[in-house]
Amino acid sequence: MDRLVFRAGGWLLLGLLALLAAAAAADSGFAIHMVIAALACMIAVWVTASKADYGAMARGILKTPADESRYDDDPIRWGVIATVFWGMAGFLAGLFIALQLVFPVLNLNLEYTTFGRLRPLHTSAVIFAFGGNALIATSFYIVQRTCRARLAFPGLARFVFWGYQLFIVLAATGYLLGITGGKEYAEPEWYVDLWLTIVWVAYLAVFVGTIVKRKEPHIYVANWFFLSFIITIAMLHIVNNLAVPASFLGSKSYSAFAGVQDALTQWWYGHNAVGFFLTAGFLAMMYYFVPKQAERPVYSYRLSIIHFWSLIFLYIWAGPHHLHYTALPDWAQTLGMVFSVMLWMPSWGGMINGLMTLNGAWDKIRTDPIIRMMVLSLAFYGMSTFEGPMMSIKAVNSLSHYTDWTIGHVHSGALGWNGMITFAALYYLVPRLWGRKRLYSLRMVNWHFWFATLGIVFYAASMWVAGITQGLMWREYGTDGYLVNSFVDTVVALQPMYLVRALGGALYLAGAVIMVINIWKTIAGSPLREEKPMTETPHNEEADRPIVAVPAE
Amino acid sequence: MDYDSLRHFADSWGLLGMVILFLGLVGWTFRKGAARHHDQAANMIFKDNEDE
Repeated sequence: MDRLVFRAGGWLLLGLLALLAAAAAADSGFAIHMVIAALACMIAVWVTASKADYGAMARGILKTPADESRYDDDPIRWGVIATVFWGMAGFLAGLFIALQLVFPVLNLNLEYTTFGRLRPLHTSAVIFAFGGNALIATSFYIVQRTCRARLAFPGLARFVFWGYQLFIVLAATGYLLGITGGKEYAEPEWYVDLWLTIVWVAYLAVFVGTIVKRKEPHIYVANWFFLSFIITIAMLHIVNNLAVPASFLGSKSYSAFAGVQDALTQWWYGHNAVGFFLTAGFLAMMYYFVPKQAERPVYSYRLSIIHFWSLIFLYIWAGPHHLHYTALPDWAQTLGMVFSVMLWMPSWGGMINGLMTLNGAWDKIRTDPIIRMMVLSLAFYGMSTFEGPMMSIKAVNSLSHYTDWTIGHVHSGALGWNGMITFAALYYLVPRLWGRKRLYSLRMVNWHFWFATLGIVFYAASMWVAGITQGLMWREYGTDGYLVNSFVDTVVALQPMYLVRALGGALYLAGAVIMVINIWKTIAGSPLREEKPMTETPHNEEADRPIVAVPAE
Repeated sequence: MDYDSLRHFADSWGLLGMVILFLGLVGWTFRKGAARHHDQAANMIFKDNEDE
């Protein structure tokens, strides 16, 4: 009881401090954020105070089976719902800004809805809100199953989930209000960064705590990937966001680094966010869910360990390839390029390892749409980790850099690899977490698969064409030695491609809508959809009989 | 330690140390008896029968 009062009082105090900060704020954005933080603290007070019936209430809302002797799955169920919710928000924002590029009128003549503010909203929503929630939820699921132990520090695990949602809300509202640190994929300002650091350390504690209390002697390789992801992201986040606030009651801060050092720190962060957030973390999902769904062990466990160490040792050096032909010293650019090219090997080793897990069970691609998604996601992992090293080569980069080719590359990785493996993981998790016999509909998974695949094809293909067009137009010289095209000439040339890209995004979003319906119906416990099964037993009654000798006539 | 000495450490002993560490970690998976251990580890995820 004392503990309860202490905790509730602590949250109350924090909330009051946030309100005071709001009252004394140097700018309106900071004031709005402090009010949001105060509201979150008040919710925390209320939840802490009514803890006794809280678990039952959550179960009532989410229809979760109440069984205390099982794994601690509540935060995972919330995480699955949050993943779907933020995914939809992020995809929708992406489609909207894609349309803005074709129809500028969609900027709505409002500062809050301009491309410049919605673009970080989109990238953060899909990477950190959709991807991050998927990573937190699946890591909590996998670490419990592979350690055969219940989640350590259940209270802290709930704090991680809700604290992360607060981070997302603060980051998203901040972008719309015009609060930004100006560093790509690290836009949130100093106080939001500090909050994320606290949440992330709690995440590390829960994860490591669960590994420490494991009942299995060996730590399964998926947990290695998750652990490297958590530790590295903590390191990258702290170093890249080192900044001095202009005021402790204001939202503006200045980076601790200047000039090219700042740029290199940013892309050391930026590329390793791709390497450890979008690769290592999602590979952890792959190394658990693909073998589980295929019902066969990973093709080569040794290869998975080599894959792990190679990524760890190589990825961290690849960042400078984002700064080719800049003020960065030439040797650093070459170093970044060489390590990027070397990364191709472990990436393909990992892809082959995942795909070959299906060796001997390839028919599952035909009969199991979830496996189909996993295979496509691995195929896109392979394609984007081939394209990436290629684009990091200076000669190629001189054409591709600053063009839409980069955007196409990012999306083949994000939509293809991260998106598809996450959808597959969600489809794997939902029936198990809510104790359903199976998904509401497998045919709808199939529809989702095709919508998403077609969407990616339109997206990637249009951006290749757009990027190469753009790159060639920018470097085109006339006989007089002047550039042939002005910037606006390239914009006009690209408009049709932007429309095709928006179509790709719309298809991808349509697939995700089908997923929402499917997951919704599965969680609600609707009777399974009446549908033609994915596979039928081939049986020919006519042919299935012995040959009887027919007497000659 | 100034930039110059750090830089020289990084591309000599630091680099050598990292390479040896990496080769050691990869080589460790090829040790005698590793295959059996790997096999057990790979199949460990199927020990639970929650999916029956």
